[in-house]
Amino acid sequence: MKSLLRLTVVEMKLYLREPMATFFTLLYAPALLFLFGFIYGNEPTPFFGGRGFIDSQLPAYMALVIVTVGLMSVPISTASDRENGILKRFHSTPASPAIYLFANIFTYYIMSLMGVTLLFLVGRFIFHAQFEGNIFSILAGFTICALSFFSFGYMIASLAPTARTALAAGMILAFPMMFLSGAAIPLEVLGDKVTNISKYLPLTYVVRLMKGLWVGNSWAAHWLNLIIILGLLVTGAIISTLTFKWE
Amino acid sequence: MSETIVQVENLYKYYRKIKAVDDISFKIYKGEIFGLVGPNGAGKTTAIECIEGLRKPDSGSLKVMDLNPTTNGRTLRNSIGIQLQESQLPGRLKVWEAISLFSSFYKKNTESTPLLKELGLEEKKGSYFDKLSGGQKQRLFITLALLNDPDLIFLDELTTGLDPQARRATWNLITGIRERGKTIFLTTHFMEEAEILCDRVAIMDNGKIIALDTPKNLIRNISIETRLMFSATDSPELNALDNIKSISKYEKSGDNIIVYGHDKRMVKDVVNFLVNRNIDFYDLQTEQVTLEDVFLALTGKEIRN
Repeated sequence: MKSLLRLTVVEMKLYLREPMATFFTLLYAPALLFLFGFIYGNEPTPFFGGRGFIDSQLPAYMALVIVTVGLMSVPISTASDRENGILKRFHSTPASPAIYLFANIFTYYIMSLMGVTLLFLVGRFIFHAQFEGNIFSILAGFTICALSFFSFGYMIASLAPTARTALAAGMILAFPMMFLSGAAIPLEVLGDKVTNISKYLPLTYVVRLMKGLWVGNSWAAHWLNLIIILGLLVTGAIISTLTFKWE
Repeated sequence: MSETIVQVENLYKYYRKIKAVDDISFKIYKGEIFGLVGPNGAGKTTAIECIEGLRKPDSGSLKVMDLNPTTNGRTLRNSIGIQLQESQLPGRLKVWEAISLFSSFYKKNTESTPLLKELGLEEKKGSYFDKLSGGQKQRLFITLALLNDPDLIFLDELTTGLDPQARRATWNLITGIRERGKTIFLTTHFMEEAEILCDRVAIMDNGKIIALDTPKNLIRNISIETRLMFSATDSPELNALDNIKSISKYEKSGDNIIVYGHDKRMVKDVVNFLVNRNIDFYDLQTEQVTLEDVFLALTGKEIRN
């Protein structure tokens, strides 16, 4: 227990000591929201179903936080810890390997939660975003989506032979997904072609679920999105458990 | 010698078709510094990692502090200290954070402040790992290997990449640790290091142990010609060197004379010869046989990588 706690504290400090990780996790989405909010404002328009740009896009930006942490932070830091022999160094102590995983997953979770909270505060207090859902519901939705993408990230880390390939794979998957799933730019703006492509991207379902829960939809209305997200969670967990290497 | 602390019997480890460790057996006794030496790729790291329980051997029996490392690795690692070859810590981890974190992994902890002082890292407590020099990193890894006050310490290629000065400082640390009654198992490809540090040495090549003894015995038992060099004013009397039985041959060029022989008495015989005949000589030196020569004699190749 003591070692889990210390490792978690260490992992959080290490996370915050990486300027890139800190920026992309905590500041990127709130900065985008601030920028676009400044340009478009939050006036209700029929284009966003009678809501403003911020009301509509804030929950989608949560998916942006999830995908950056899941497909960039997780695979890059896990694969480079392995490549640098850090995992092996932990492995050569009596500590259980589970401690490393728990501490890291918890750190990634807390960091993304902080990013999402900042996003919420910027939307709420600067642009008076309308939140019509239930706070526990959206927290639960966020947790499932985050864990699902972390699991995806661990799968990349497990399958990638080197830290470089993990980085490349994470980027190649993350960037197109950010822009084609409605996370960074509303699908309404991007047209039918992109909307069709978006159906093949797992992040789209995160965007749909978060947007739905934000406006107060029931979980039942999103069963398909939920199944796809849980499917990714399970697949990632199984593949990474089977293929994870300590060195 | 005393109690056995590590027992290795017929250890095999293959990587596909490569026999990394090919049937090795040896024992390590409590309180000694035991060295596994050999060139890079000889199988030393594979062997030590099987014994630490980090790798699963293909066959053979292992017993470390009365435990089977393959099945009881985590229990075993509570009472041993491990320094890995080419390991790193997160670059942005501070020295004190690493100490506090690794301490929490063990049931038993030793006081870390005196340890840091002894290893000369006291002033580096607040430094990031990636700001440490090679020698400091290595000393930090030794510190981490000692945090649980282990009775048995594994050091894999401890001084690789260190400059000669840092290497010597590390040797002093190792002998200091042994003086506290610890047993040390180290691997190295520096023959000089093995000769200076180890009580007993197992020479490994191509996955096999080809010799195992004290460095002194290894050197004594090997049949290598010693060279004795000196200068003396040329005199016909020197030709009588031929009559000394312990000499196999000698070469003379001007004032410089080189004498070859297998016999230990050769030096004494030559000096007596020179003194008895009143021949002035100077710059007398013998060429020391080292473990390098032993390796060369045993394998027919140089150890240098």
